[in-house]
Amino acid sequence: MSTFFQQLLNGIQLGSIYALIALGYTMVYGIVRLINFAHGDFFMIGAYAAYGLYYALGRLFGAGNPGANYLVLFLLVLGGAMLAGGFAAVTANRVAYKPLRDKPRLSSLITAIGVSMFIEYFFSALPAIGPSFRGFPEVFPKTIIKIGTASVSNYVIIDVAVAATLMVVLTLLVKFSKVGKAMRAVSQDKEAAKLMGINIETIIGVTFLIGGAFAGVAGLLSGLTYPRIFPYMGILPGLKAFIAAVLGGIGNIPGAMLGSYIMGIAETYANAANSLIGEGIAFAILIVVLLIRPQGILGEKTADKI
Amino acid sequence: MLVVENLQVSYGQIKALKGISFEVPQNKIVTLIGSNGAGKSTTLRSISGLIKSQAGSIKFNGKEIRNLPAHELVKLGMNHVPEGRKIFATLTVYENLEMAAWTVKNKKLFKERVDEVFELFPRLKERRNQLGGTLSGGEQQMLAVGRAIVTGGNFILFDEPSMGLSPLLVDEIFATIIKIRERGATILLVEQNAKQALEISDYAYVLEVGTIPFHGPACDIAANPKVKEAYLGI
Repeated sequence: MSTFFQQLLNGIQLGSIYALIALGYTMVYGIVRLINFAHGDFFMIGAYAAYGLYYALGRLFGAGNPGANYLVLFLLVLGGAMLAGGFAAVTANRVAYKPLRDKPRLSSLITAIGVSMFIEYFFSALPAIGPSFRGFPEVFPKTIIKIGTASVSNYVIIDVAVAATLMVVLTLLVKFSKVGKAMRAVSQDKEAAKLMGINIETIIGVTFLIGGAFAGVAGLLSGLTYPRIFPYMGILPGLKAFIAAVLGGIGNIPGAMLGSYIMGIAETYANAANSLIGEGIAFAILIVVLLIRPQGILGEKTADKI
Repeated sequence: MLVVENLQVSYGQIKALKGISFEVPQNKIVTLIGSNGAGKSTTLRSISGLIKSQAGSIKFNGKEIRNLPAHELVKLGMNHVPEGRKIFATLTVYENLEMAAWTVKNKKLFKERVDEVFELFPRLKERRNQLGGTLSGGEQQMLAVGRAIVTGGNFILFDEPSMGLSPLLVDEIFATIIKIRERGATILLVEQNAKQALEISDYAYVLEVGTIPFHGPACDIAANPKVKEAYLGI
């Protein structure tokens, strides 16, 4: 029973990280119908930004010494990861995707794969980063909290709390803010949005910014939880988050969240049962769900092609 | 207010507009009539910046606006109520109006205009929190016209506002177009329903496969035997 509960917590933690990545996939797809394969790399960039910022600022806040101000340090590192991820996403959009907006969709798709590989190899080639693994620092001291028979690290709580907060903020933003409504309007009918006086490129840019920033945060959380970062770290989580987004119904924001938690929890249990097949479970779930419901769990039926 | 000269638009090899010229004077209703494929929608879409034109000139209040992006033209006071209404289906009626007010920064002005729309179309007020996609065709057209009122441009392009509506609703929409003109707006109307369009218009241009063979005051055009035969079915 205790292992069951323990694994559930781990699954929710993993699902939270997937959700932050999947939201960017789904929002970008919703607005420009592009599967942005470089999205996982914004996650990696976020992790490296957090890593760099921690070592640049850590001493200033007395990290490792008693009386250190961990909260401010963490928030700064979080902000840095968001900015880095968001900046990378906006740049990729401006440089690579925007010029191809009116071209066949396959061109953008191939370009996205190109952008992804470029970022990965470029980071490996940078002397300051390099291709090898780096240990991610404990941005604040790890403590273990006991809940009944299960024990939880405070990192689990941080991961879930940060992801939940951002998801609530995003949901409110999309539902109630003027920009959020414009995002929905643009994703539905670009021509009509233009006729309302909306500069759709600005709205698309904002969508990339939010998606990239969320991926950046996921990079930081992943670094804390699985403390090992490298330039190719975005590939697998990116792929799984993409699957989660498709599972929930691509283009659908609550769908991406739901799909991510299903993926995270299923993967954790499968890994616990047999670590050899754990990774494969994600893909098996995808195949089964898509056979039954091709549009995803919360997705709507459309005649749209990739 | 709007002067179009020698406007040419091609879709690949196909020339949709072969150099048409016309003008829409201040506070008038001008209509373009023509059959399917004559280039009516193409004309409106190239004026409002949705598609690029290859040659010619479009002057709006004396300023050359050809191939400016659509969202910039909205700021200059041009509204386009598109064919098929293009309501945001997953946004509520009220949110649709909010989107129409994207360029209206004054909140008070927005509220006034929304009240005006709700007064004009009480049905929209009843359904203000309903999703745009759940409205009937007639209600969607009301919302499309309502959006134009909220945006508040002084030059409005209407593309087939009567399409798919019952005769009663058509009358209502046309009456609203007259009201909008009375408030000082200038209107360019494209219609297949030539009879009613000519009734409310001051001036008319007949569009045939990318050219304008004749034009004149709306009453003269309505009396023209060729027009009668081809477009009025008399």
